[in-house]
Amino acid sequence: MLSFILRRILIAIPTVILISIFVFALQKLLPGDPVLAMAGEERDPATIEFLREKYRLNDPIPVQYFTWVGNALTGDLGISLRTNQPVTELMAEKLPVTLQLATMAMIFALVIGIPAGILSAVKKGTVTDYVANVVALSGLSIPNFWLGIMLILLVSVKWQLLPASGYVPFDEDPVRSIQVMIMPAFVLGTALAATLMRHTRSAMLTVLTSDYVRTARAKGLSERRVILKHAFRNALTPIVTLSALLFGELIAGAVLTEQIFTVPGFGKLVVDAVFNRDYAVVQGIVLVTAVGFIVMNLLADVAYVLLNPRLRS
Amino acid sequence: MVATLVQNHISIEATPLLDVRALSLGFGASKTNLLEGVRYSVEAGETLCIVGESGCGKSVSSLAIMGLLRHDVAHIREADIRFRGEPYDLHDTAALRRHRGADIAMIFQEPMTSLNPAFRVGDQIAEAVRAHRNVTEAEANDRAVNMLRRVGIPAPEARVNEYPHQMSGGMRQRVMIAMALANDPALLIADEPTTALDVTIQSQILDLIRTLQAETGMGTIMITHDLGVVAEIADKVAVMYAGTIVEAGPAEAIFNDPQHPYTIGLMSSMPKLTGPRERLTTVPGTVPTIETMPDGCRFSTRCPFAQHVCKETPPERSFGAGHTALCHFAPLNERLERA
Repeated sequence: MLSFILRRILIAIPTVILISIFVFALQKLLPGDPVLAMAGEERDPATIEFLREKYRLNDPIPVQYFTWVGNALTGDLGISLRTNQPVTELMAEKLPVTLQLATMAMIFALVIGIPAGILSAVKKGTVTDYVANVVALSGLSIPNFWLGIMLILLVSVKWQLLPASGYVPFDEDPVRSIQVMIMPAFVLGTALAATLMRHTRSAMLTVLTSDYVRTARAKGLSERRVILKHAFRNALTPIVTLSALLFGELIAGAVLTEQIFTVPGFGKLVVDAVFNRDYAVVQGIVLVTAVGFIVMNLLADVAYVLLNPRLRS
Repeated sequence: MVATLVQNHISIEATPLLDVRALSLGFGASKTNLLEGVRYSVEAGETLCIVGESGCGKSVSSLAIMGLLRHDVAHIREADIRFRGEPYDLHDTAALRRHRGADIAMIFQEPMTSLNPAFRVGDQIAEAVRAHRNVTEAEANDRAVNMLRRVGIPAPEARVNEYPHQMSGGMRQRVMIAMALANDPALLIADEPTTALDVTIQSQILDLIRTLQAETGMGTIMITHDLGVVAEIADKVAVMYAGTIVEAGPAEAIFNDPQHPYTIGLMSSMPKLTGPRERLTTVPGTVPTIETMPDGCRFSTRCPFAQHVCKETPPERSFGAGHTALCHFAPLNERLERA
């Protein structure tokens, strides 16, 4: 098992290198010069030269790349061109917000998506199945921004049940923190729940017709045990993989949802950075989320092995 | 116990263990029944072989008795069944579940896929025990080890912790048998248990079933298309064609004195070790589908003796000692001699 994990980490290294090159190159290819943006209206040549020197933009591009990678390896992702704050510090501020939002959204998605998927597979072709599918399709097709605005209108403005926007750190006031985050998490979670539901349904449908499910029934087990233990355990593999990938996507930030509920997360940070040509921040965020994505993938693979006895040993 | 069971087996008047007096069922909206008036019986300690081509309904009939067919697809149109002399209701799902794995157990054709890949074999056996008996986990696990030993798995204490993928097909079928017999069922239904196995393993599994049957006195229904298997283990044979039992009786009578044209065709398609070498005969034509099922005798479309009268439901003719055939013209001996 340990060697399997080590092997997977080794395989991930070239991926990370490729991503770093890609991220770096993309920044260089983008139109617009950050130094010009910083230099202001006058565009004083001396200032421009000074800034170029300061951010080492006069070095050859490969040298710039290796400087960046070298610093990144020591935990230094550079300094925001906009605020002069270290990029790592900026991200450390936003990461707890994004993690909380992603976790809560994921919980919504799992709690709604998986039971709905199991139910619609077991009741295939019945009214329950159709209703679940229509709801799932709606969940997928309703745009986040619309659902978000409607929720704010109803829940916050009309019924005054939950705050409409903002963010309260979890360690400051956990209850308030969760209250503020419920609506954005729900909005993000519904689309994921729909995806999860569809995948759970199809995985369960495959497994429910398998010979070992028939064997479980032939033993005289209750239908509940047949479905939740014998069938679901084997349908879990694709569900776990998908959940990990979805969670990875959530970490990358939910731009729209964060904008609507003014949640100060990764999504907002990256949007601001792109508009300001704050390339150090953009590079940093993309690199970190890519690594986060790879880590989630790795966890999915580990879970896959834990779930499947054939892959152990 | 075994002595009385053997006596029961000999005495003809004994109540059959499972008495299927009539079983008809259809799939979906189809008006024609897939199974039409299926009847057979099996007594304690006895082996009944149900033989027939693939698709003739032999598996479906046993799955129906186990209550393992989907109710929304398979519609039971007629069911008069007794188990140990008591009415056995195919619509009572709760009662069927109490029977399943307790006093009626089943093993399947595909040992490779019939065990759950995610759980240890010991746990899967113990689970069967705990589904019907109020025992502790430790007792159920002991039972699992004992069962593995009984079905001839070496080092059962170690193998009880293995996963199905660590075992060969033959071993897995032994595990399936251990699981099926864990609650000492009175009746074992074996649906082509050797079809997917190597020939050498096949005879080992058949021997095992026979040995366990002698030990426990359980009745066995063996579903097979392999006449070699039938010759080896059957006490009684029921020949199934297109969803009906066309001929039934003691194995000896079926092999030596078949009366139904289909059985005769089936027997003459079997190669013999002695006598002059001849071209094997075949039964011409193909089995009718549910859409093309003829009225009356279902074999009439392929029967060399078929006449106009065969459009009517054939009578059951009896030839003594429980030997019966569904045919307008049985006994056929005279016709055969003339032909």
